[in-house]
Amino acid sequence: MNLVADGIAWILDPANWQGAGSIPERIGQHLLLSLVVLLIASAIALPAGAVIGHTGRGKQFVVMVSGGLRALPTLGVLTLFGLWLGIGLAAPVISLVILAVPPLLAGAYAGFEAVDRRTIDAARAMGMREREIVGGVELPLGLPIIVGGVRSAALQIIATATLAAYVADVGLGRPIFQGLKTRDYGEMLGGSILVILLALLVDGAFALAQRLVVPAGVRATRTRELRSRPPRPRTVVGRPIHEGNRQ
Amino acid sequence: MTWLWSNLDLVGELSLVHLALSVPAIILSFVISVPIGWLAHRYRWSRGVLLTLCGLLYAIPSLALLIALPVFTGLSVRSPVNLVVALTLYGIAVIVRTAADAFDAIDRDVRQSATAVGYSAFGRFRAAELPLAGPVLLSGLRVVIVSTVSLATIGAVIGVPSLGSLFTDGFQRGIQAEIATGIVATILLALLLDLLAVLAGRLLMPWTRAGAARRSSSQAPVVEEVLP
Repeated sequence: MNLVADGIAWILDPANWQGAGSIPERIGQHLLLSLVVLLIASAIALPAGAVIGHTGRGKQFVVMVSGGLRALPTLGVLTLFGLWLGIGLAAPVISLVILAVPPLLAGAYAGFEAVDRRTIDAARAMGMREREIVGGVELPLGLPIIVGGVRSAALQIIATATLAAYVADVGLGRPIFQGLKTRDYGEMLGGSILVILLALLVDGAFALAQRLVVPAGVRATRTRELRSRPPRPRTVVGRPIHEGNRQ
Repeated sequence: MTWLWSNLDLVGELSLVHLALSVPAIILSFVISVPIGWLAHRYRWSRGVLLTLCGLLYAIPSLALLIALPVFTGLSVRSPVNLVVALTLYGIAVIVRTAADAFDAIDRDVRQSATAVGYSAFGRFRAAELPLAGPVLLSGLRVVIVSTVSLATIGAVIGVPSLGSLFTDGFQRGIQAEIATGIVATILLALLLDLLAVLAGRLLMPWTRAGAARRSSSQAPVVEEVLP
């Protein structure tokens, strides 16, 4: 367990807490980069996913994008943009946005798609306009799944932002690569521990958010799994079991 | 293109190394996950614990996991085994969830019928539950195949050679063609393994093809209808 002690010693070393490239600065960079990327990617993917989920057109597109981009190696995208755009923040930001779009698109699509068609028909029958249905019925009901998509995207971004330190001087990946270069395991492990803690904290925060955005009416009647479904459509063996008053 | 032709040997060799890293991880994670997924499906308490653990595991950034794993395994950071262990863990995190869902979706009547005609608990699992969960397990396996092949490239930054070495080498030497080749080769490798998995699925589960054709013509497919 000496290794762990080295890592913790690196984190607690006061010398690492001040000056350029200090731990607080790295954490700040990491969070800021992740937030900017998440906002850009959300602005692109969430409206697109909402339109596709609402109209039901372009479902194949979502499946293709979310399935196809999964095969895209993140490191390859980072290094390729790194060569094209040079050292700086442009390369990591663009590559991270590309990688964050699929989970967001899939989440937004799944959220809108999962809303019971009968609920939407009822809303339409009551005279709600299309825009009101999207904003007042589908969005609140689908929000837990949409937030689930944002959660997957946020984790993906935090993980890849670590890797982005390979092509730019940014974030918590820096101590990891620094340690790899100088064969200083304490520094590597210290950086890794901080990244892991950051990821788990963000994951926890989103898990909480997913619970909080469940509309009160839905919460009162049922409890269910809130995590976003995988982008690929899942085939279900047999018919779902009908029991009691559950549908 | 000229880069590719003059370095075809290197790409071929790295592809084989890449396969040697990802295939064991994919197979190991599948073999380990199915029983764990069944356990998560079987009891309420184990479901909460196991799926939470898988969720946490999946949240850990890959580079950080690669660096932190040697603390538990005692291996070197640069050891290929370390990378295989990390890839296996991510695979497990994905398939256990899918496997639990797959076993959940099996019709209760089928399970009761299997018990009624005299299957033991294990016999029922082998002869009834596993084949019925097969198509969903396969879909989980396909997700893991694609993500594992893509994730294995990350080992290159810590010094485990794979197709990812084309990224690091190309970046350091400023050869775009090398990186592009690496990306294409990684995707092709993932598609190849995916195709093999689909073919294996057809061989092992011949009933899925007939079933799919019949379902699309006569009744609406039961997709995403598990949500109550």
